[in-house]
Amino acid sequence: MSILGNKVLRLEDPKLLSVGGEYVADLKREAMLYVSYVTSTVAHAKILEIDVTEAREISGVVAVYTADDVELAPMASMFRDKPAMNRPFLAKDRVRFVGEPVAMVVATSYEVAADAKEAIFIDYEPLPVVVDPEQAFSDEVVIYDEVGSNKVTTFGEITDDSFFDGSDVIVTLKLRNQRLAPAPLEVRAAMAYVDQDGRLVFYASTQTPHAVKAELSRSLSLDATQVHVITPDVGGGFGAKATQYPEEILLGWAALKLEKPVAWVETRSENMLGLGHGRAQVQTLTLGAKSDGTIVAYRADVIQDSGAYPNVGAFLPMLTKTMAPGIYKIPKVEFRSTSVVTNTTPIVSYRGAGRPEATEAIERALDVLARRLNLDPVEVRKVNLIPADEFPYNTPTGATYDVGDYLGAVEKLMERSDYESLRREQAERILHNATKRLGIGVSTYVEITNPFPSSEFGGVELTEGGGLLIRSGTSPHGQGHRTAWSMVASEIFGIPLEKIEVITGDTDVVPHGVGTFGSRSLQLGGAAVHEASVAALSMAKEVAAEMLEASPSDIVVSEDGSGLAVAGVPASKVSYAQIYEKASELGRKVAFETDFKAANSTFPFGAHLAVVEVDIETGKVKLLRFVAVDDAGKIVAPLLAEGQVHGGIAQGVAQALFEEFSYDPDGNPQTGNLADYTFISAAELPSFEVVHQETPTYLNPLGAKGIGESGTIGSTPAVHNAVLDALAPLGVEHIDMPLTPMRIWRAIVDSQG
Amino acid sequence: MYPSKFDYVRALSVDDALEKIASDEEAKFIAGGHSLVPLMKFRLATPSLLVDIGGLHDLSYIKDEGDHLAIGALTRHTEVEHSQLLQAELPMLSYVASLVGDPQVRHRGTIGGSVAHGDGASDLPAALLALDASMIAVGPSGRREIPAKEFFKGFLETALSPDELLVEIKVPKGVSSWSYKKFNRRAQDWAIVGVAAVKNGSTKVAFVNMGSSPLRSTGCEDALRSGATIEEAAERAAEGIEPPSDLNASSEFRVHLAKVLTRRALEELS
Ligand SMILES: Cc1cc2nc3c(=O)[nH]c(=O)nc-3n(C[C@H](O)[C@H](O)[C@H](O)COP(=O)(O)OP(=O)(O)OC[C@H]3O[C@@H](n4cnc5c(N)ncnc54)[C@H](O)[C@@H]3O)c2cc1C
Repeated sequence: MSILGNKVLRLEDPKLLSVGGEYVADLKREAMLYVSYVTSTVAHAKILEIDVTEAREISGVVAVYTADDVELAPMASMFRDKPAMNRPFLAKDRVRFVGEPVAMVVATSYEVAADAKEAIFIDYEPLPVVVDPEQAFSDEVVIYDEVGSNKVTTFGEITDDSFFDGSDVIVTLKLRNQRLAPAPLEVRAAMAYVDQDGRLVFYASTQTPHAVKAELSRSLSLDATQVHVITPDVGGGFGAKATQYPEEILLGWAALKLEKPVAWVETRSENMLGLGHGRAQVQTLTLGAKSDGTIVAYRADVIQDSGAYPNVGAFLPMLTKTMAPGIYKIPKVEFRSTSVVTNTTPIVSYRGAGRPEATEAIERALDVLARRLNLDPVEVRKVNLIPADEFPYNTPTGATYDVGDYLGAVEKLMERSDYESLRREQAERILHNATKRLGIGVSTYVEITNPFPSSEFGGVELTEGGGLLIRSGTSPHGQGHRTAWSMVASEIFGIPLEKIEVITGDTDVVPHGVGTFGSRSLQLGGAAVHEASVAALSMAKEVAAEMLEASPSDIVVSEDGSGLAVAGVPASKVSYAQIYEKASELGRKVAFETDFKAANSTFPFGAHLAVVEVDIETGKVKLLRFVAVDDAGKIVAPLLAEGQVHGGIAQGVAQALFEEFSYDPDGNPQTGNLADYTFISAAELPSFEVVHQETPTYLNPLGAKGIGESGTIGSTPAVHNAVLDALAPLGVEHIDMPLTPMRIWRAIVDSQG
Repeated sequence: MYPSKFDYVRALSVDDALEKIASDEEAKFIAGGHSLVPLMKFRLATPSLLVDIGGLHDLSYIKDEGDHLAIGALTRHTEVEHSQLLQAELPMLSYVASLVGDPQVRHRGTIGGSVAHGDGASDLPAALLALDASMIAVGPSGRREIPAKEFFKGFLETALSPDELLVEIKVPKGVSSWSYKKFNRRAQDWAIVGVAAVKNGSTKVAFVNMGSSPLRSTGCEDALRSGATIEEAAERAAEGIEPPSDLNASSEFRVHLAKVLTRRALEELS
């Protein structure tokens, strides 16, 4: 019986739940120094003077550095045509957002560093501030004089209104997909020192250790062999730790300069401003359709807020574009996006990264269309679904959806949620003019995982005593790769999970790797482990064949999984420990390394339904039910997959109802701590009703797609649609997220004139 | 966040606490620390000396004193929440305590700290205001009793002087019905608006987070006294009150919430 598909408990948990993980903040070295950054308190200003004299004199302060002390070229950016927008390690003449590092303090404790920061005086000359991306688009206030415009990059084009010719009805809507803070439990942290051989050892809380190594070696002009990056346990990243930050890289610089171990663990308040934010799009959407709901043409015109220094966020509309049509067969799709800089924290990838924005757009547009045509929102979706026999399906936005059974997902959703009786209860409440109205919201999604088809490293090796050592280029930060990769290898060898060790995140041990983001790990890293296991097993079979005097093709895994045997002759068997010894005698290794590359991205999909209760007097929303049908191909580790779905739904619901990182017009953050940035807790959520569907992909030997982001992508529009569904009888047509009590109350008051 | 440097001493008795607090002008009592420590971490409070009263177990009690209940200042929220005596004699206070923050906060925070902190956004002070409670303080000039109506002065400002220790809270019995409505977005959040309504002879209504300190709704109470209906009284709930605006609620929305919640609370009284 296969171990894959079984609810195996996480191998990571006994340690995490008992003695605890080992995070960067837990690392101590003798004579270690502590780093803290003075950050800008204004959103946009010239720096006239930085006075650090008093701070330098404080006992316990080892060094204070400003931009003048750091002779490093700015960080590299993916927007090579705009070098002026490259981010400096410390702000030099200008600051461009609140939270931007201006000076680095090195001290004997974080407390001393905090005192020193209070003794550093920065003279700012305020400049006009631009926070709103639409205002930034107008270029009235430009934040890079050298560039002369706030526009970083544009994807796609839109034509004129003849694009919608043939439509019986055209609906337009404007959506703000608000800015979110990723807020992982573990804040950003790093620790660096120079070892006896003069190499830079760098501990990082990251999703991409090899990229950290590359950036350290590039920025600090070190040969790659001189950098050793280690990633201990990481407490979450949600995509935002797949970016390298100046505060991290500069720590390596300080370690080299001071020749002492240096550590940096930011505070939560610093994390809220310093770690990149996510989402932040303004979308203008137009949908043309026939009167039966068949979509004729769809246009999305997007402004992407990139924050002050363009990072991966400025690029993400590319994925919004790819996923714009969703699971629908839309003959014509137009998409245009313009990424602009603003005086805010830079936008990076955050769970879903460009795809939730696409799904929210089309799913809201479809609900508006359904209401205009007086059709049930589910029916409008059904008429437009891509039929199951048309895969692989090429979309007008350049994607090739691998496999899908969209109607299957929608039908399962209807059945499980008992949609008809929900609608009856809703009608009942309207009839009785109840204060607490019912709202039912549906959304479907398809998303792109492993979005930039790449490869991932996997190595599998038989070890002394008959265990396995797996090395992987992925970089887990909560996902449970140790469990999943062990299962994948155990499936091939039969070796029990306890005898399998998994190493990730150490660049000396794992020769190369890409990391964990974009729901890529299982389909690439897991597939690499699978392929390496298959290859290593056949090497083991050759050794066993010699030992058992049989042909390798007759060798099979023994029934109890303890070794290899001759097929049909169970007594003729050698253990893996014996095979290891024999191989060593022969000077061989039973080991295989590979880089698995998929031919294309995979496209998981699903359908979600939310039932909400809206108190129309106070505007408070209660989520009563959440039903999710998710199809991510073959499910290798159901417990891990379910964990991803649950966490994803929670974060998606949070975007709909609770979270927004906001600024006042002067660029001051208004939600810079967890008292004001209202992220969701279990108390606000019902038990999720999760329904499985498996449509395996042909793009990797496991048949698996990614599932890390699905929950986040499908749930936001389901909840958004549900709340507006409840309010529709009151004449409310639109409310931007998050749907706070005040906004709902306002909308009701306004709609009633 | 790292607080500035401070000294720390433990009080061994009430007298010892008073002596130690008098030794340093910048000294502050610390009880559960759940209001003070956050302020210190943001360096909004920078006491040079903390006098820890957390060990004064003599001040942790809930007693039946005939016509009133006496609650020691060091009684933790969780004890107020689970006290059988309170659940029988004054269930409102147990209920209100159960809505404070999360279990961790309720296991550290004390009723005395909540009252002495005097935060208009706190739950217990408004409830005590509606209950016509009074506070017992001891200081260099002896012991005094301060009615709740005179206790809460303004933003984080109370009738206590810096060298006075709050030791007890007295709550009159005789509550025939009550209601507490806490309106917030997430379970563990502070109230955006809260309404405490108490019927003890007359009807008293107090608000959480409608001003810089806990407030009584004189508009509503006057209306009820003169025989108004619940709807009419609720409509006058925010009379003379100008609540603050923040991200969660504009002043206007707070007024609206106060009216709706007051109506719902009064409907529950009957
Ligand atoms: C995450 C979080 C959520 C919270 N949510 C809520 C909520 O929903 N509702 C709510 O009402 N509260 C909430 N609180 C506040 C909590 O109730 C505090 O415990 C309470 O306000 C203060 O009690 P304390 O014992 O911790 O006081 P401390 O923090 O120790 O002291 C507060 C102030 O009172 C003074 N003081 C304390 N005891 C005495 C005394 N006996 N005599 C004189 N002065 C004294 C101190 O000097 C200090 O100035 C929350 C707190 C946190 C951290």
